[in-house]
Amino acid sequence: MQLIDQHTKQIMEGCKERARAAGLRFQDESLEYIVTNRDLLELSPKVMIPTLYDYWVNDVEVLKEKGKYELYPGNPYETVINTRPAISFYNDNNPDWLNVMIFYHVLAHIDFFQNNHNYRHTWDFDLAGEALTDKRLIARLRAEHGRWVDYVIEFARGIDNQVGYFQELSQLHRQPADTMSRRLNYYFDVFIQSVKQVKISDFIKEIDRFNECMQNFGKLGENTFFAEVTRKYPEFDAVFAKSQSPGQRGRLDLLQYLMEHSPFLNRDENKWMKSVVEVVRKTSIYFQPQIRTKIMNEGWASYWHETLFLKDERIRGHEVEFARVHAGVTSMPRVGLNPYALGMRLFQFIEEQADKGKLAYDYQRILDAETRKRFDAGTATGRDFIFSVRENCADFLFLTNYVDQEFVDRHRLFVAGKRLNKVKMTWEYYVKSRSAQQYRQMLLDTLYHPPCITVDETKKNEGLFLDHHHEGQPLVQEFIANTMMGLEFLWGGPVKLRTNEVVTAPQLAEDVWAGMEEPEATWHTVIYTMKDRQLTKTVL
Amino acid sequence: MMVTMNDALQTYFDQLRQRGLSPEREALLRAELADNGRHESPELYAEPLPDGFHGLNDFCCLQEASEPQASYTTRIGSLEELLERDRRREQDGFPRKIRVGRLIKPGRGDKAKIVVVPTTVEEKFIHDRIRPTGEEGSSGGSGDGEEGEVIGEQPVRPEGDQGGGGAGHGGGESHELESSAYDIGKILTEKFELPNLKDKGKKSALTRYTYELTDKNRGFGQILDKKATLRRILETNIALGNAPDLYDIDTTRFLISPRDKVYRILSRELDYESQAMIFFLRDYSGSMAGKATELVASQHVLIYSWLTYQYERQVETRFILHDDQAREVPDFHTYYNLQVAGGTRVAAAYRLVNEIVEKENLARDYNIYVFHGTDGDDWDTDGSEALPELKKILTYASRVGITIAEHPYNPGRTEVEKYLFASGLLNEKPDIIRLDVMKDDADEARLIEGIRKLIS
Repeated sequence: MQLIDQHTKQIMEGCKERARAAGLRFQDESLEYIVTNRDLLELSPKVMIPTLYDYWVNDVEVLKEKGKYELYPGNPYETVINTRPAISFYNDNNPDWLNVMIFYHVLAHIDFFQNNHNYRHTWDFDLAGEALTDKRLIARLRAEHGRWVDYVIEFARGIDNQVGYFQELSQLHRQPADTMSRRLNYYFDVFIQSVKQVKISDFIKEIDRFNECMQNFGKLGENTFFAEVTRKYPEFDAVFAKSQSPGQRGRLDLLQYLMEHSPFLNRDENKWMKSVVEVVRKTSIYFQPQIRTKIMNEGWASYWHETLFLKDERIRGHEVEFARVHAGVTSMPRVGLNPYALGMRLFQFIEEQADKGKLAYDYQRILDAETRKRFDAGTATGRDFIFSVRENCADFLFLTNYVDQEFVDRHRLFVAGKRLNKVKMTWEYYVKSRSAQQYRQMLLDTLYHPPCITVDETKKNEGLFLDHHHEGQPLVQEFIANTMMGLEFLWGGPVKLRTNEVVTAPQLAEDVWAGMEEPEATWHTVIYTMKDRQLTKTVL
Repeated sequence: MMVTMNDALQTYFDQLRQRGLSPEREALLRAELADNGRHESPELYAEPLPDGFHGLNDFCCLQEASEPQASYTTRIGSLEELLERDRRREQDGFPRKIRVGRLIKPGRGDKAKIVVVPTTVEEKFIHDRIRPTGEEGSSGGSGDGEEGEVIGEQPVRPEGDQGGGGAGHGGGESHELESSAYDIGKILTEKFELPNLKDKGKKSALTRYTYELTDKNRGFGQILDKKATLRRILETNIALGNAPDLYDIDTTRFLISPRDKVYRILSRELDYESQAMIFFLRDYSGSMAGKATELVASQHVLIYSWLTYQYERQVETRFILHDDQAREVPDFHTYYNLQVAGGTRVAAAYRLVNEIVEKENLARDYNIYVFHGTDGDDWDTDGSEALPELKKILTYASRVGITIAEHPYNPGRTEVEKYLFASGLLNEKPDIIRLDVMKDDADEARLIEGIRKLIS
């Protein structure tokens, strides 16, 4: 790995000026490296972070047929990584004009990393530096504890898709000025509901009493209210104080829960494991936004490399070559999805809609097709609007809000179905639907969505009891045993998992046609128990 | 040529129908009959973008770089090292995690070269699909076409270069571990504790010698054979009259001639070793599409490797493919890669084995192994043709191993399984014929388990 030469760096700096002038915002510094084939091989299992901790699985070919992107949300060959300064990687034989295009693409990515709110938790530190400390920590622990470090990494990684990414974000985005006091929030939201588990009618009575106090005593109302509370529950003040200690705020994710409550991890001789678990958790949280903004991120970058490249006077004469590469990247495939193409078109579409004032109620109300076509409120706020989209959305909202029938029709998009033709022994691709609703649904179905598994604290006496919240999909069965074995290790006792499984899978219809009803599956609830490294299953 | 072949098949089908067929059977057979597929080596087809879009990345799209490829040497110390780690895992009480070699890419011609990819899986709680396997979900698309219109098709590629399980992401070439079949056999034997082979008679002389102290020589040599020497001295002295009373021998009077001393002397011995001939039979009829073929081929490679090790490379292989007719192919590459099509007649393959063995007089010089992989379907429902041929094989073979990779949708027993059980051969000669039935979604552990079952 070596830095790009001065000549190329100068081109990059030129790109930065032009990108800034167009409205992109990013830190001044960036690092560009030339990478060889061999570098890539070493980097790709480490999600391109050169300083990431070592782990033996990275040295083995990992089978990823099943749930490849569910298991590995980080992109193995990302060109630019979200560090401070941002690091990007290049082939060593790119011609200048191509570098210009890639630089714009990279700069738009950096702009996205540093402005999209889903990356908020990555803004205040440099991952490369932190990863290096973690790497050294793990290397040191490995010297002391040998292969047991790798077991802990393995087992923690087994549930690293359960990290509380949104909890983490919500802490950062919370409004500082709470209208209610913490004490009050805690009393109503946690204390009488979860700790005391009062009836709803009593809960309402308490609210009434609070309102009464506020009415009668004004500023002293809250204190008056709590005077009564401490009389009724003498322990309240102590419980509240404990709940406010650091580490107790917000819901704990599975890894945090283990670190906090696992009897095994909290034994003196095992405390080192907690630092390993924390490293795994931190690393995982860092990469959570990447896969959740893939379409937007690539769309945004493609939008800008196109816009900026064509305006750049330095590379006149390379338009045709650019067009070739650009089309290769951003053409809509006949069958399949291309995040570059889709995202770029959607950003362009949104810009145009906003320019004409179409993203407004007035326009939505118009039914006449001809009037809709000619509608132009002349607001010309498209550019600003897409900047706010890039700041506030992730793929889910981006697609849900802006993929409409007009967009689908304009680009002649459709949901492509695939079915087996038994006579010819071929896969047939066919146009399944051209409705925006179905197209959107198809897109949403492809988005990253790990299962939601929480700890059921009411069943504490049965060990660690996990609940998989049913969302119409079972868990991959063959992975359950090893994942739970890891959990048992980290917990130091039996682990249970309640989940739903398919009893009868929908039968393959002989003939599949557009608009046919999807066959339904039937379900039953099962509980998996991992005890002494043996997995048993009971059907409820 | 196709026409005549299909005509023959049609005639065979008509014969079967006259003998009586259940409606479902008939439908099944008709489907295979109607399938105009040909056994061809797969070609590359333009493929649509992979499912989902997360695989696309800037490196490939923008910089037109291909995914990096490398040999294992850059990453993995050695297969041994990995397996050692895996063994320690087991000692620590966790199940093994490394899988060896589901990818087989034998080059054309060079039969002993196999490619192993040590692989592993990182298990997590993730969502599974409940969609039936037939319709592989939907994806995006753009361009012309009415709803319902078929816009393209792609052959179901049941086998091919990536048939063996695929090496992680895309390229397929990355960090493979090239290893000889011999090494894999060793690993299978040692690490997976596959049984060692019993010597079944040494048949073939090889130009290899061992040196043993078996020969005796009088006068000089490497080691004095005291007992033999004493006997000679006694004989000599009796002859000389130095031992008049055999019940009261006075050894001080004995004379010892130099020629009486008997020595052991190093001698060159011709070594005899077992030699094996393995017949691999694969059903490549239409019904074998997909996993079944992959499974059978993978297992056959593993068996081949294991026997190569057991027989110290003194293994010869013959490859036979069959649908309703059987043919011999020259190398594993062809054996592995030919596409499925056509009807099924197991008997054809067995007959060909018998013909080869008879013509080349193999039974005298070789330990003969026959491994047959099928999905269990046979048009010859009651085995009236297959069983006699099989019985003939059993007269000379050291082991016949039949693997049935069952389709999950197949209710109950398959045809082959049924007639094998009905024939009673499995109980009569359990040391010669073995049957292993697995679902066609079996994993590697199951495969190796299967091998154990077939060869133990």
